[in-house]
Amino acid sequence: MNPSSSLSSSSYSSSTLPRAPRRTFGFTLARAALLLIAASAGLGACKKSDGSGASPAGSNSAGVATASKAPVTLLNVSYDPTRELYQEFNSAFAKYWKDKTGQDVKVNQSHGGGGKQARAVLDGLEADVVTLALGYDVSILHDKGKLIPENWQSRLPQNSAPYTSTIVFVVRKGNPKKIKDWNDLIREGMQVITPSPKTSGGARWNYLAAWGYVLKQPGGDETKAREFISKLYKNVPVLDSGARGATTTFVERKIGDVLITWENEAILSVHEFSKDNLELVIPSVSVLTEPPVTIVDKNVDKHGTREVAEAYLQFLYTPEGQAVVARNYYRPRDAATLAKYKAQFPDVLLFTVDELFGGWSKAQPTHFNDGGIFDQIYQPKK
Amino acid sequence: MRFKTRGVLPGFGLSLGYTVLYVGLLVLLPLSAMIIKASSLGLSEFWLKVTDDRALAAYRLSFGSAFVGSLLNAVFGVLVAWVLVRYRFPGRGIVDALVDLPFALPTAVAGIALTTVYAEHGVLGEQLAKIGVKVAFTPLGVTMALTFIGIPFVVRTVQPVLEEIDPDVEEAAAVLGATRFQTFRRVIFPALLPATLTGFALAFARALGEYGSVVFISGNMPMRTEITPLLIVTKLEQYDYAGATAIAAVMLLASFGMLLLVNLLERWARRAEA
Repeated sequence: MNPSSSLSSSSYSSSTLPRAPRRTFGFTLARAALLLIAASAGLGACKKSDGSGASPAGSNSAGVATASKAPVTLLNVSYDPTRELYQEFNSAFAKYWKDKTGQDVKVNQSHGGGGKQARAVLDGLEADVVTLALGYDVSILHDKGKLIPENWQSRLPQNSAPYTSTIVFVVRKGNPKKIKDWNDLIREGMQVITPSPKTSGGARWNYLAAWGYVLKQPGGDETKAREFISKLYKNVPVLDSGARGATTTFVERKIGDVLITWENEAILSVHEFSKDNLELVIPSVSVLTEPPVTIVDKNVDKHGTREVAEAYLQFLYTPEGQAVVARNYYRPRDAATLAKYKAQFPDVLLFTVDELFGGWSKAQPTHFNDGGIFDQIYQPKK
Repeated sequence: MRFKTRGVLPGFGLSLGYTVLYVGLLVLLPLSAMIIKASSLGLSEFWLKVTDDRALAAYRLSFGSAFVGSLLNAVFGVLVAWVLVRYRFPGRGIVDALVDLPFALPTAVAGIALTTVYAEHGVLGEQLAKIGVKVAFTPLGVTMALTFIGIPFVVRTVQPVLEEIDPDVEEAAAVLGATRFQTFRRVIFPALLPATLTGFALAFARALGEYGSVVFISGNMPMRTEITPLLIVTKLEQYDYAGATAIAAVMLLASFGMLLLVNLLERWARRAEA
């Protein structure tokens, strides 16, 4: 049937050719094992020399940098919606740093889901600074990797969050379902679009905002909040894995009556992309989202970039940095800048995660880890 | 233990050594790292993690839809291969090239495209909704995506085998008095079976691990449309590396078992043919 099979069969005479030496299988196996051991030993050696060899090289380049102002590069590992913000901010900072020190600085950006980004840094992506969506993802750099000190969040003003945002609603033009506040979302037949808090950092803010709304109501307690959340998620037809996916579901696929999302994302998509189709609704109560920033000590010390990395983050707090923040629809911390952009940021009663949930280190396991309150909504009754 | 190594070309020892090293470094090393990580859980904790309701529901969906998807491909892929090999028609080259598209397309693109088409306001989704069929965000949608990515595996394994079968064989069967069904049943089918099984196994294995295209169309509802790879990502998102690798180890074992089984079946089919 298959003529090619006869080619490889042993019946083929090879008397005219030098005969292949017969090898015992054991011999070959031993050889392969030897090769493997040698290779893995080589790998191990590489790793070692990388660790110890890098620090002299690092300090060396730092020495050169201070002497002759050689250009310096920073890597800022961030989450998804900050792309435009940091594009503008990086060039503003490069100009500031050049004027101040005469040194060129280039900031490379990496964006992605917050959790994924934190894992990348944990697994060895050499970020000089991280600017992530929630404190939990940054704390992990201390808890699991010892890349930053435990007190990282108190090193910069305002919980190391130079800008904030909040959670708001996007609805269809004309608000056909008359959605005004959180309690409208649990009405029968309402379709709510929000990503899965299991995989999306942004979605965790959405969830906590709803929970906090209930607690802030007269007579609101845990039990009522749990009931509210469970009704809310009964109205969610799709749990996208990330915030961008949820926006696509709502905006492009036209599924759902309301999208819960960050204020900065909401303003961006409503004002810049589909003013004719969408509208913004600001609830009465919401969560103050504080995306924290920090230098990654282990990496800046290795690269010799501590000074410029610290300056980079501090520049976020200056009036110039705050203006960039506000232009990209994040709420600035600086009162004067906030006043200037007042029209853009309506008043909302804001609570923090620390205030209502005792911080991320508590909120995460209680609500979002396996078996947490979110999982219990979907767990079949036993 | 000695192996017969009389071939035309020398170098059996060197090439086998290289093969073992290559497979060891590229396949076994990362996999054993995974197993080691998973074994950092105690046995009872491991068992608890891999058998909770959520995980069981995810296995059912993943294995079920991957199986149905590759079964569909095994039937219709053979049909496509048959048409491509046995008939000459205008646009055949284009159809032939289209078959490979699921290989080349980034899976996320495929997922977004499928979802756009099959969501309730999509081109096809809207029509299907009228007759009460929901594709996007249901297990049906997952199966759809997994069928999509599996097509080339069956077609490309069956096609060359089919090309080898001379149409004369069919004519001979007919001349000898076989009915059309008998010709198919006794002549064509046995020849195609091993390749079809290989294609099925490849498509199935690929579908089991597929993440990119499925997360968009599945809707990711816990207990209903959550695939196993998503569960792994979910665990990673909690920095539960051990839990993630535990689920991964189960997937790995199951896939390996499946592939082994299909290989045995295939060998049996080849022997039956000879």
